[in-house]
Amino acid sequence: MGVNSDPATDPKKTTHLFFGPQHPGVTGNMSIEMWFDGDQITKAITHVGYLHRGFEKLMEKRLWIQNFPLVSRICVPEPDINEECYALAIEELAGIEVPERAQWIRTLVLELARFAVNLMAFGGQAGTLGLGTGAMWGITFRDFVLDLFEELSGARIYHIYIQPGGVRRDLPPGFENRVLEVLKKIEERLPELDRLVLNNAVFKMRTKNVGVVKPEWIEEYGLVGPVARGSGSVRDVRKDAPYEIYNKLDFDVVTETGNDIFSRAMVRRREIDLSMSLIRQILDGMPQGPVATKLPNLTEWRVPAGEYYSRVESSRGEYGYYVVSDGSLKPRRVHVRGPSYVHAVPLLERMLVGANIADVSNIMVSLTTCPPEIER
Amino acid sequence: MKFTDVISPFLAWSRAVKKVDTIPYPKQQNPGADRYRGFHINDTEKCIGCGRCETICENKAIDMVKVEGVEPTQGDSGLRPKVDYGRCCWCGLCIDVCSTGSLGLTNKYSWTTEDPGSCRYTPGVDKKSWDNEEKGFRQDNDVLGWAGSPREEMEIETPEKRIENFDEVVKGYTVQQAMDEASRCIQCGLCISACPAHMHIPDYLKAIAEGRFVDAVKLFYDNNPLPEMCGKVCTRECETVCAMGYQGESIAIRWLKRFACEQFESLADVLALDAQPGEPNGKKVAVVGAGPSGLSAAYYLSRKGFEVHVYDRLEEGGGVAWYAIPEYRLPAKGISRQMEVFEQAGVIFNYNKDIDSKLLTELEGRFDAVYLAVGLQKPSDARIEGEDIPEVKPAFDFLMKSPEKGEKLTGRKIIVIGGGNVAMDTARTCVRLGADVVLSYRRRIEDMPADDEEIHEAMEETIDFRPKTIPIRIEKTKTGIRYFYHEAVMVDNPEGGRPLPRPRDDVEHTVDADILFSAIGQTSDIEFISEAMQKEMEIKWGRIIVDNHQYTGYKNLFAGGDITPGEGDVITAIADGLRAVQGIINRLK
Repeated sequence: MGVNSDPATDPKKTTHLFFGPQHPGVTGNMSIEMWFDGDQITKAITHVGYLHRGFEKLMEKRLWIQNFPLVSRICVPEPDINEECYALAIEELAGIEVPERAQWIRTLVLELARFAVNLMAFGGQAGTLGLGTGAMWGITFRDFVLDLFEELSGARIYHIYIQPGGVRRDLPPGFENRVLEVLKKIEERLPELDRLVLNNAVFKMRTKNVGVVKPEWIEEYGLVGPVARGSGSVRDVRKDAPYEIYNKLDFDVVTETGNDIFSRAMVRRREIDLSMSLIRQILDGMPQGPVATKLPNLTEWRVPAGEYYSRVESSRGEYGYYVVSDGSLKPRRVHVRGPSYVHAVPLLERMLVGANIADVSNIMVSLTTCPPEIER
Repeated sequence: MKFTDVISPFLAWSRAVKKVDTIPYPKQQNPGADRYRGFHINDTEKCIGCGRCETICENKAIDMVKVEGVEPTQGDSGLRPKVDYGRCCWCGLCIDVCSTGSLGLTNKYSWTTEDPGSCRYTPGVDKKSWDNEEKGFRQDNDVLGWAGSPREEMEIETPEKRIENFDEVVKGYTVQQAMDEASRCIQCGLCISACPAHMHIPDYLKAIAEGRFVDAVKLFYDNNPLPEMCGKVCTRECETVCAMGYQGESIAIRWLKRFACEQFESLADVLALDAQPGEPNGKKVAVVGAGPSGLSAAYYLSRKGFEVHVYDRLEEGGGVAWYAIPEYRLPAKGISRQMEVFEQAGVIFNYNKDIDSKLLTELEGRFDAVYLAVGLQKPSDARIEGEDIPEVKPAFDFLMKSPEKGEKLTGRKIIVIGGGNVAMDTARTCVRLGADVVLSYRRRIEDMPADDEEIHEAMEETIDFRPKTIPIRIEKTKTGIRYFYHEAVMVDNPEGGRPLPRPRDDVEHTVDADILFSAIGQTSDIEFISEAMQKEMEIKWGRIIVDNHQYTGYKNLFAGGDITPGEGDVITAIADGLRAVQGIINRLK
């Protein structure tokens, strides 16, 4: 002893505790090592490694097409962004044209996924404060969307639906109407969720002026998504570098200026409305035509050599794939760049210092950190 | 803090009296969606065991296993996919790439068993409760096209242009086209067993796909010393069983072979050390006939260290396959390139030597073994009244005499009788020489033994096809001949087999012409085998019956090619040669 001269971790003055990895308040499988004095955190270190499955290395050992069932597993709530990023990169490298209808369907899928994630995340924010009903309702609403995914792609969670050259199947007959029905059902019940969460004294007290992300940190850390937009940023890949058909849709970037957990929750709440509006616009403008470009023999497919960084806007912010091909049957390198790395490691460690111990999972969920993005 | 903020959360209680969203599982179970990716099914009758599902499965959850009751046949490996549900992730890639579309996923997703072993099962063979489930994730090749794709188009000369000369009809692939076409191969290997010579087809297609053309040529020569010839006129059994042919078009294996050979000026240089004589073993073998079968035996015997002497009645090697097939299908310029390889491999050629019983006896005495590959040398009789008129000629002899160098037939009228490749070649050659050609065949066009491609191309070339015409007689006229025929109707064959042509009525139709070529087949001429020798072996319909290693049963005499019963095509003849090599090695050991 005695070696530790840092007052923040002084064993005589602070308590040392691990939060996670098996804890319902932690997002995914990660842990935070904390020192606290009373109930004030003096130091926090993010630990990952409990979920490492070596995605990036595995991808180098598989045929190009075989990575589709794998990439979707990097994110459980929103697998489609992974498929989209990977497909965009391959299409760019191999010079594949995506039919117009496929682009519309892809955008529909991406928005439906964002819609489902935000419903769950919005309710989940209440869940971290012990308001379990809100969390359950959010998950229930998400389930209605998963029914749609099941019908569209054949699976509820891992859709494996977006493929290079388009999508795997056309929309089933009458699918558009069922999407609208689900939107209507959720829209009718959202005010109830609002009353339960947003108009809740407990929620307001626990989230306003808690977990503040200062606007100057956005540039400092490279923050993206709702975390940045909750602090006044207008960063959104859908607007800044439109992919698929986002430039044909009419929308404004959702932004709040409260800098705290409440405004981040508000961003998510308003993103739900935005997604509904976008989905309706997509269904209105959906053209007819083929949904996939024919690909070469998949088991002998050599994607031309080159490198490409593809990016999309996920529910957590800018999400990118750096894909390198050496012209062989398998990718030379795939790097997954998710926003959680900055959000869960440097930013969270900084935000937790001085925070109340009861607010740890509250802050963490407000950043919607996702460990598989950190340890690919 | 507003008062409503304290009250409003309690409004959630209103949900307590409304319909719940959750379902009381397991009392109520929702079925999977129509497209749900649930448990596997497989139509084992439709499945050909190509193993593409096994290749594409990223979890290695599929093993191809031998199944009782499913025997391997040509075009079916006899294996069926076994799925391991400890590894499967139900991504459905196996469904989308299934070359026959036999594999599917049902919308059943819930199953309880006491036997963990039953989670590894062969769909369609091991009975499961979901075997007859209609709904689920099924292949839609029209959308994705992963299970079969169209062939790379080969450029073909237009009929109007090609009848003006003897240039090759097909123009060949470009390098990019060939590599694209070869990369369509899924490496299932069903073609290997279909090829009489069992060529290493998936391997050389892979080599071509990767641009390793030298390797491809070396792989050809492993079991086919005439790849360029086969690249142009092979009957291509391999393409009939190709797994890509079920939902797309089979891979152009023949054209790719042709492509790889044409990349090089000299095949002998490409093969270099791979086509040298083997270490001499002191044994000598005589090969009679320098056709595909004889050359094949000669090449591999020489590579094994035998001293090989080839005897042929013609001036050059290649046999009738080379001489009789017209320039526009098989240009003569390729022959020297292929013959160089044989010379480099140490084969000794003796041309202009007609075989007779004296020479055969002599060879038998001088050599340790003799391989007879003399082919069929005598045209069949047409058995039509008037066939001895001088204007009625055997088509085969006409083709053998390099007609493209002979006199023009401009303005003359030719009748060709027959429906095989020789008939097509004769008719098309005559058209190129400027003649008007009528082609008469007893049965329907679909019954013609010629290659579909040949028939199709011939029909484009202004040839007057008269199928279902039964010849009656030929009469001599002042200017030429008159051919009489009945129109036929097809009646069922009481003994089974192809329907038989019967005259429709008594009406005699006629065609006037200058020359009539009869192309109704070839028969063997085995007079060179002495009677004493013939007694020692089995001869049926003029063909020598041989065992699995082409052994005739007489001393050290082997036979192969058209002189033995078989398909009568180039690749079968080459395969006979390969088998004879093994037979000779076994016998002279």
